[in-house]
Amino acid sequence: MSTRSDLPAWVDIGLIPALNLVIAFIMAGLVVLIIGENPIKALTILLGEPLFSLQGWCNILYYATNFIFTGLCVSVAFHAGLFNIGGEGQAYVAGLGAATPGLILGGALASILPNTLSQPITLLICLVGSFIVGGLWGLFPGYLQAKRGSHIVITTIMLNFIAASLMQYMINRVFRPTGNQAVESRAINDAYIWNLREIGNIFGAKLPSTPLTPVIFIALLAAFAVWYLLWRTKLGYEIRTVGANQEAAIYAGISPPRIIMITMMISGGLAGLLAFHEVLGPQHKLLLEYVQGAGFVGIAVALMGRSHPVGIVLAALLFGLLSEGGTQLSFEIQSISKDLVVVIQGLVVLFMGALEQAFHPLLQKFFRQES
Amino acid sequence: MTPAIELINIDKRFGAVHANNNVSIAIAAGTIHGIIGENGAGKSTLMSILFGFYQADKGECRLRGKPEKIKSSTDAIALGIGMVHQHFMLVEPFTVLENIILGAEGGALIGPALDKARAALKHLADEYELDVDPDAIVGELPVGLQQRVEILKALYKGAEVLILDEPTGVLTPAEADHLFRILKQLRDQGKTIILITHKLREIMAITDRVSVMRRGEVVAEFDTSKTNVGELAEAMVGRRVLLRVEKTRAKPGNVVLDVRHLTWRDKKNIARVDDVSFTVRKGEIVGIAGVSGNGQSELLDVITGIAKASSGEVIFKDQPVGIKDSPAELRKRGLAHVPEDRHHRGLISTFTAAESAILGYQSNPALGKGFRLNRDAVVAQSLKQMQEFDVRPADPHLKSAKFSGGNQQKIILAREIGSNPDLLIVGQPTRGVDIGAIEFIHRRLIELRDQGKAILLVSVELDEIRSLSDRILVMFAGRVMGERPPSADERELGLLMAGVGKEAA
Repeated sequence: MSTRSDLPAWVDIGLIPALNLVIAFIMAGLVVLIIGENPIKALTILLGEPLFSLQGWCNILYYATNFIFTGLCVSVAFHAGLFNIGGEGQAYVAGLGAATPGLILGGALASILPNTLSQPITLLICLVGSFIVGGLWGLFPGYLQAKRGSHIVITTIMLNFIAASLMQYMINRVFRPTGNQAVESRAINDAYIWNLREIGNIFGAKLPSTPLTPVIFIALLAAFAVWYLLWRTKLGYEIRTVGANQEAAIYAGISPPRIIMITMMISGGLAGLLAFHEVLGPQHKLLLEYVQGAGFVGIAVALMGRSHPVGIVLAALLFGLLSEGGTQLSFEIQSISKDLVVVIQGLVVLFMGALEQAFHPLLQKFFRQES
Repeated sequence: MTPAIELINIDKRFGAVHANNNVSIAIAAGTIHGIIGENGAGKSTLMSILFGFYQADKGECRLRGKPEKIKSSTDAIALGIGMVHQHFMLVEPFTVLENIILGAEGGALIGPALDKARAALKHLADEYELDVDPDAIVGELPVGLQQRVEILKALYKGAEVLILDEPTGVLTPAEADHLFRILKQLRDQGKTIILITHKLREIMAITDRVSVMRRGEVVAEFDTSKTNVGELAEAMVGRRVLLRVEKTRAKPGNVVLDVRHLTWRDKKNIARVDDVSFTVRKGEIVGIAGVSGNGQSELLDVITGIAKASSGEVIFKDQPVGIKDSPAELRKRGLAHVPEDRHHRGLISTFTAAESAILGYQSNPALGKGFRLNRDAVVAQSLKQMQEFDVRPADPHLKSAKFSGGNQQKIILAREIGSNPDLLIVGQPTRGVDIGAIEFIHRRLIELRDQGKAILLVSVELDEIRSLSDRILVMFAGRVMGERPPSADERELGLLMAGVGKEAA
């Protein structure tokens, strides 16, 4: 995604996304109208309910944790000129890296070390494991792109399906304890991420029930790390060079295939961190379909956040709000399903990605006249 | 008899560049008219105006005596003008027939158009010796036949005037001969042909009349039968005042770059660099002159490690440049490169000037320890270079695209010279650069030479080559036609550039 230099920065990173969002809301409002409900009422529930309760805010942050990881995944690849649509599959497969150390190593460590020591060590190994496994699942299409010229959009989409089948097999045949009816692993108690309510209980504070965990801080740290990587390291410079102009990169002695593979490894790894959060946090076990489309939301987040980590954090919060609001909405108005939020997300992607140009000439004209 | 085409007082500017300065040309019907000139002489601009790609700022086009406004290529085609471009405008996966009806499909179903074209094609083939299998896939045809498809396309659309832009650049000599036979036949059938070229031989071989362009003006016109190669070369290159560059005699030292029998073949196995040998020594500037597209760019790519030689070797500072030596490796060994194409290679337009100013040098330890890139160091270095090379504005945070051509070039030159190289390779150092910056850049290059550095200069500006170089090599069709001192006669250099060697002249 090219940064547009001919408009004031605040228009580019503030006004255009806001405008796109407003139009997406209006279109979604029309959908609500067609269903036969009051769009104003729906909007009030969608935004009002989550924003005016502590639990609402906690849930927004919970969703945002996942969206930050997948948004960063998409944006790192963007900077190398790659459109990684495989965040969903990368986050899913990474569950193997998150769960396996927790199930196997965690017990062994717990038997020789005190719990206060074995838990953090196991968690750290799980963190690295999910990054690596997600990274490998990203490296594969990266390799195909770099060495074989297979387009990354196609391969990452297809690998999403392969990931789904692979995980179904793995969970069903490998992780599911014999005799267990539910298709899921046993509980991973040796690598247990506490949620906010459980942490609050220790201090005697009564907090609302929420899946929010301290992993939100790891997500923020990851956002900072991505910013640092892209703008403060040699590798980041090379990634951005390859993304901006491959011919110039070759002139500069940078090998685009090498950079493409490294970038896809990092990109997949970032998506993989979602598995660390979701599997060891709210779920405490490896189960089917836990990514729940967060990989795709990451595309919208990255587009809306203009591929900048700060923008991604803000966009992740917004989509967190929409996800939480959508759940509330489907509770309160029976005829509206949670999928309305998916419609809004889809519209945002449409306007930010496909129709990004639509308002650009108009705004350009406006600001030229003004100045 | 009214001329087929008259261009009267055509004037066209692109920004500061005066591409066509009050050009008037009359082309008689039923003749082959050559337009010859160096790169940037304005030949292609003039023809693009005639074909409706550009609009002239001033002037008039008359066809068969009638003033016409040609606003697009569609207008031009409707008026019976066809153009065969240097780079073909063909859809490679389509068949010959499908390409020919392109733009003349005539309805939702292409069946009738295809049938009509098939009949017409047979007719054209009989009439002009233009045989092509109508069902062949264009991408699988050799270049000579592809060009024939382009000609057929124009004729099918009813072209009475055919413009050919450097048609033989991609052809083998045998294919070129065949093309000339076809062109003569077309002329004899009453078509008018305009041939744009920089090759004197072609002009002499097939044209009836020739216009010579230089710096946007028509400087001479001859009946081909009444002129000769020497006269044309002189008119083309001109007697010019040398740009004044003060320099002392070179004091060449050891050989830094030794190129031996270097050949580079493209994907179609055509030798674009053909058995080239030369040396560059310390403290001298070796200039490679030639019309662009004669292998200079490919030669630079091979020497700088961007492309790999097909055969032959390059020896830099007594060590051969191997297959594994990337541009980064060569840079570390002291080879700096100012690329010919500033916009696509030299810098990254979306990056800030400071970021562009480390392109290729990003792993220099002075810019940050380990994996880190110290932004302050990058900006400080860029600012220092900007001040030293008088880049305006001296703002490292400004986007690279926002600088003028001359200042962009200074940023690149500062970067490459700043790396303190043993060998500097410079491609088109002053293309699209204003006069003030040209002088500055020339002075810096001479200074660098006087510091004992070796410089290899490639430029299509003969003036520049002559004023800067200590030795001049002329390239034509991938080969070095000869070496001359800078004091060599312009006419002689012009002949070499046009592919006429000593033995032939």
